[in-house]
Amino acid sequence: MALLEVDHLDIRFPLRHDEIRAVRDVSFALERGERLGIVGESGAGKSVLAFSLLKLLSRPGYIAGGRVRFEGRELTTLSDRQLRRIRGNRVAMIFQDPLTTLNPTLTIGRQMIESLKAHRRISERRARAIALHKLRQVQVSSPEQRFEQYPHQLSGGLCQRVVIAIALLLDPDIIIADEPTTALDVTIQAEIIALLTQLCGKHNVGLIVISHDLCVIGQLTQRLLVMYAGRIVEQGPTREIINDAQHPYTQGLINALPQMTLPRQRLAQIPGNMPSLARVPDGCAFHPRCRYRFTPQGRLRQACVERVPEAVSSGGSRVACHWVRELITTVPIEEEAI
Amino acid sequence: MIPFLIRRLCQAVLVMFIISMIGFAIQGGLGDPVQQMLGPAATEAEATALRHSLGLDAPLWAQYLDFANDALHLDFGRSYFFHEPALSVIARYLPATLELVAASAVLTLLLSVPMGVFCAIRPRSWLSQTLMGLSVIGISVPVFLTAMVLIQVFSIGIQVTLFPADTGWGHWLNQLFSIEGGMPAYGRGNPVHVLGVWYTNFATLQGILYLLLPAFSLALVMLPLFVRLIHAEMLEVLESDYVKYARARGLRPSRIYFLHALKNTLLPVVTLGGVQIGTLVAYTLLTETVFQWPGAGLMFLDAIERADMPLIVAYLMVVGLLFVVINTLVDLLYRLLNPRITLSGRAA
Repeated sequence: MALLEVDHLDIRFPLRHDEIRAVRDVSFALERGERLGIVGESGAGKSVLAFSLLKLLSRPGYIAGGRVRFEGRELTTLSDRQLRRIRGNRVAMIFQDPLTTLNPTLTIGRQMIESLKAHRRISERRARAIALHKLRQVQVSSPEQRFEQYPHQLSGGLCQRVVIAIALLLDPDIIIADEPTTALDVTIQAEIIALLTQLCGKHNVGLIVISHDLCVIGQLTQRLLVMYAGRIVEQGPTREIINDAQHPYTQGLINALPQMTLPRQRLAQIPGNMPSLARVPDGCAFHPRCRYRFTPQGRLRQACVERVPEAVSSGGSRVACHWVRELITTVPIEEEAI
Repeated sequence: MIPFLIRRLCQAVLVMFIISMIGFAIQGGLGDPVQQMLGPAATEAEATALRHSLGLDAPLWAQYLDFANDALHLDFGRSYFFHEPALSVIARYLPATLELVAASAVLTLLLSVPMGVFCAIRPRSWLSQTLMGLSVIGISVPVFLTAMVLIQVFSIGIQVTLFPADTGWGHWLNQLFSIEGGMPAYGRGNPVHVLGVWYTNFATLQGILYLLLPAFSLALVMLPLFVRLIHAEMLEVLESDYVKYARARGLRPSRIYFLHALKNTLLPVVTLGGVQIGTLVAYTLLTETVFQWPGAGLMFLDAIERADMPLIVAYLMVVGLLFVVINTLVDLLYRLLNPRITLSGRAA
């Protein structure tokens, strides 16, 4: 049994007239100590997925179907009180912008101690000792001094270290990091990435990293989910996906990365924009932007327009694409459709 | 800290200088005192002599310096009506006003914070919707009207005779909807001396009873505004990352609402509150008149009626000083709540 199992998760945001389906039919698992990445453009549903795992969706979002099992225990049906024992304790979160994550009116120390006290019966002195220890672990210089300071007195990188220290405070089983390095500058990014990998390895913590940045994900994770318009289009070992992406969308993402080794040229881009989640195209959501929606003979592949592709195994990963399926099975998808 | 205080002090001096100019202008602008003092039968020579002895023939700037010098020595002249120094008259009346303002400020705070917070965290409950609706009405109704309604309801009482009184159930229903009233709504009652110097309503239950209606009616000036402000601020703060993060850390809802969210909510409330305490002092003119509360507001209105110039000027200066002192205190309080503000004025 995996540490965390997500099964056919479906998340919706009802609006006045219609409903936005932010996450559709998402399934994945996380093993103890494993580092998993979720990548995709803005609006692909990555963050919604991350927040839904602890039922922290903002209104009016709700889980419309599917399961989230943590150590075999169903989370989607738990009450707020029961979830509170898990949040921050067994499953910790790291947010995007460390400067807005920490409460500006409370000292670093106060916020660390309150986290500990929310989950353990512990004396102020003991809590302080643990907090200082964790600050040292994330290599915060002169932790005693930082302890008394307010978030605005610290740099962004330092704040993110504090947030990581808070995440590690209660020795969680899983840390969910939503764009943990996006708000930081590049040199700090590398440090934070190194720190997260090292600490999660050392404490055997499962890590879920959300990012739109393939470089960050590539360095941080062992396994990768690629999301597009609320669905997982490809999942597999990070190394394999980056070296040999199967899904046309993933290929597009990787081609769009700047390459240091190639002569200077315009960066490749995927034509068009990701659809609004309120108006996701029928069939494969990616088909309007996909060059493989046409057969080599120039005919439109009906399946791409009409049917949501099912995931198939290809080159070590699971890929949801009619074209890939056709390549593997060499059965023209038009015939199979009948 | 020290540079801040010095700068605030300079600002205060400037503000008081401007107020004193206004006071001086009012004093000089109300006809010729010499003619009033001598009567119509006086000769030109007598008038000139008196004018000279009073210093009224000196240039305007010299007269102002004279006025300012007296003011600095806390001398605003003698009240025409009370025949004693204007400042000691004010010193006698001001405590009652300050007590009223303090009581209504406390009432406003005690009521608006829970109401605003509740409306923000339970926006769909019928109570929140009722409160928010009432707050709109509260903002638009003038203070003397609410004061008179309060007097009618809680002091005079309401006798309902809608149902037939000769039947048992009618009598019972009449009783049910009637309000006995009986709350004191006139004057201060019998305040007591505390520690020899403090003449107060706070010390006895009866004193507080007398304070209740005027203070509540004064509080109703600010209450709706504060409820709406706290509600709006709180809604915004509840959407912030640090509140979401606090939830993700598994903190108790009470701690999230009343520490994490409320502390940030209160920042603009404190700023507004400081300014509004000044406004409350201004509104005491109305409240004290309706409730015949013997405070400085009532005294001031009487002084205007009697054209008691020294008293009017002295009141103006004292209230001006009060504003300056309160605003400085609010800035200090703001510093305690918001660590991002340093009193040197620079961001830390």
